[in-house]
Amino acid sequence: MSNSLRPYLAAVRSTLTAALTLEDFSSQVVERHNKPEVEARGSKEVLLNPLTISRNENERVLIESSVNSIRMSIKIKQADEIERILCHKLTRFLMQRAESFIVLRRKPVPGYDISFLITNVHAETMLKHKVVDFIIQFMEEVDREISEMKLSLNARSRTVAESYLAAFAS
Amino acid sequence: MAAPEVFSIAQTPVTCHAFNADRSQLAVSLNDNDVQIYARQGNQWKVTETLAEHDKVITSIDWAPNSNRIVTASQDRNAYVWQQTLDPITGQMAWKPTLVLLRINRAATFVRWSPNEDKFAVASGARAIAICSFDSENNWWVARQLKKPIRSTVLSVDWHPNNVLLAAGSADMKARVFSAYIKDVDKRPTPTVWGEKLPFNTICGEYSSPAGGWVHTVGFSPSGDVLAYASHDSSISIVYPGGPAIYTIKINSLPYVTLTWTSENALVAAGHDCQPIVYSGSEGGWAAVGTLDDTSSGTAKAGSGARAGSIGRLNSAAFNTFRNADTRGQTQDESGQTELLTVHQNTITSVRPYDVGADGNVARVSTTGVDGKLVIWDVGAVSASGLAGRLGGMKI
Repeated sequence: MSNSLRPYLAAVRSTLTAALTLEDFSSQVVERHNKPEVEARGSKEVLLNPLTISRNENERVLIESSVNSIRMSIKIKQADEIERILCHKLTRFLMQRAESFIVLRRKPVPGYDISFLITNVHAETMLKHKVVDFIIQFMEEVDREISEMKLSLNARSRTVAESYLAAFAS
Repeated sequence: MAAPEVFSIAQTPVTCHAFNADRSQLAVSLNDNDVQIYARQGNQWKVTETLAEHDKVITSIDWAPNSNRIVTASQDRNAYVWQQTLDPITGQMAWKPTLVLLRINRAATFVRWSPNEDKFAVASGARAIAICSFDSENNWWVARQLKKPIRSTVLSVDWHPNNVLLAAGSADMKARVFSAYIKDVDKRPTPTVWGEKLPFNTICGEYSSPAGGWVHTVGFSPSGDVLAYASHDSSISIVYPGGPAIYTIKINSLPYVTLTWTSENALVAAGHDCQPIVYSGSEGGWAAVGTLDDTSSGTAKAGSGARAGSIGRLNSAAFNTFRNADTRGQTQDESGQTELLTVHQNTITSVRPYDVGADGNVARVSTTGVDGKLVIWDVGAVSASGLAGRLGGMKI
């Protein structure tokens, strides 16, 4: 684990904890509706300033908060073409199964790879600090997952190339 | 130091609670469309009745101590006044709703009876506060609306003891004091520090939150001469209108969403950091005194629980601490620790006075929260050491 990851995750953790101070808030715009204000964007005064936490130019987190919901978007590190493809496939796989992750959004915010939408209902039914833990753990593991996949992809392509070219060697 | 009484009312969030006059019954809303009435049986609370009339989540309940009426407000834009009447068929007392003509077209967010119990105020998302009084001709409650400078959802209201003035905190980052004088109901009020002539909808004071946070809660002191409000920018402000002085205390933990005065010089505030904090002061200045939630006994219990079962060379407590610090940005040993060290495990949504001591000050307060717990705290049992915020996973 590199040295700059720790303060980065600590900053994300404390920002998320502070942002997860949500309450039930019925819509001011539409009668008898109750929707996440960060998505509906109906009334300006219940939205807070969005916050970006960057580790470097390729890795950053955007946290947009409002009175009853927060949206958190992650830009995952993509150093080369293989990582870009792997990251796209992995996030696509996850987001197609968004309902089993409960807090996952089906589509990322433009400019980011994956987004979470946490509403006051989630903060009521789940332990708040465990939701934060889940996201921090996800951030920590997604990099490792992608580099592991990249290694096994490289190993596999080497084996394939070797066995293919062995036919010409003999 | 008396330990707080803890009751687990439900597995679901308790959005609001109200006790009757002798504290033998409790009305709560469990984050749904019904009001549950609980009666105390020994050390337990049992459901005795369910009041079903609303068709959206109930946001606030208030129980008038003298006239024994319940008023409920809900996100379905309605409020009902419930009264116990004799049911002619069964011959038993049953709660019957009375219609309230609120004339608001957004959710009702908060409701409170006036001290004389002849009026109540309903805060709403329609950028208005409805002041309701009884119309005996038609047997319903009619509303007059306070509208003028309110620019967003009103989140809380509180009545001045003179039955006329009303404080309101709203999501447009302001706390205001209005006159809710209704000619047919009220006698002409005596002049207070807030003003002398008070026709309906007079604005007696308007105060901004220090860093632009939604004002979650407001409260008048028992005399009505001091106003306190807490806002989402993690601050609590105390206003002396005669002074004119405003004391703002910025706190280093999560914002408060509810407060109640316990005496002329002390108040209890609670909210997202899950523990009630006592503040005290006077016209010379205000400061935090300590928390009611003495977490020291809980620390030992949770600490040993978290460490149990970790045997082996690379699984020691010290190793885990460093590994968590390195890989997850955690500085404490909190892997596998699901419980917070506080009594409430989630946001406290309402704190209310429970009983009054011999000296006329509030001796105990009750709190309910999103974790479904009802806790009755002894206001005298303040522990100062808890101010550091010993919250397991909720550090800022």
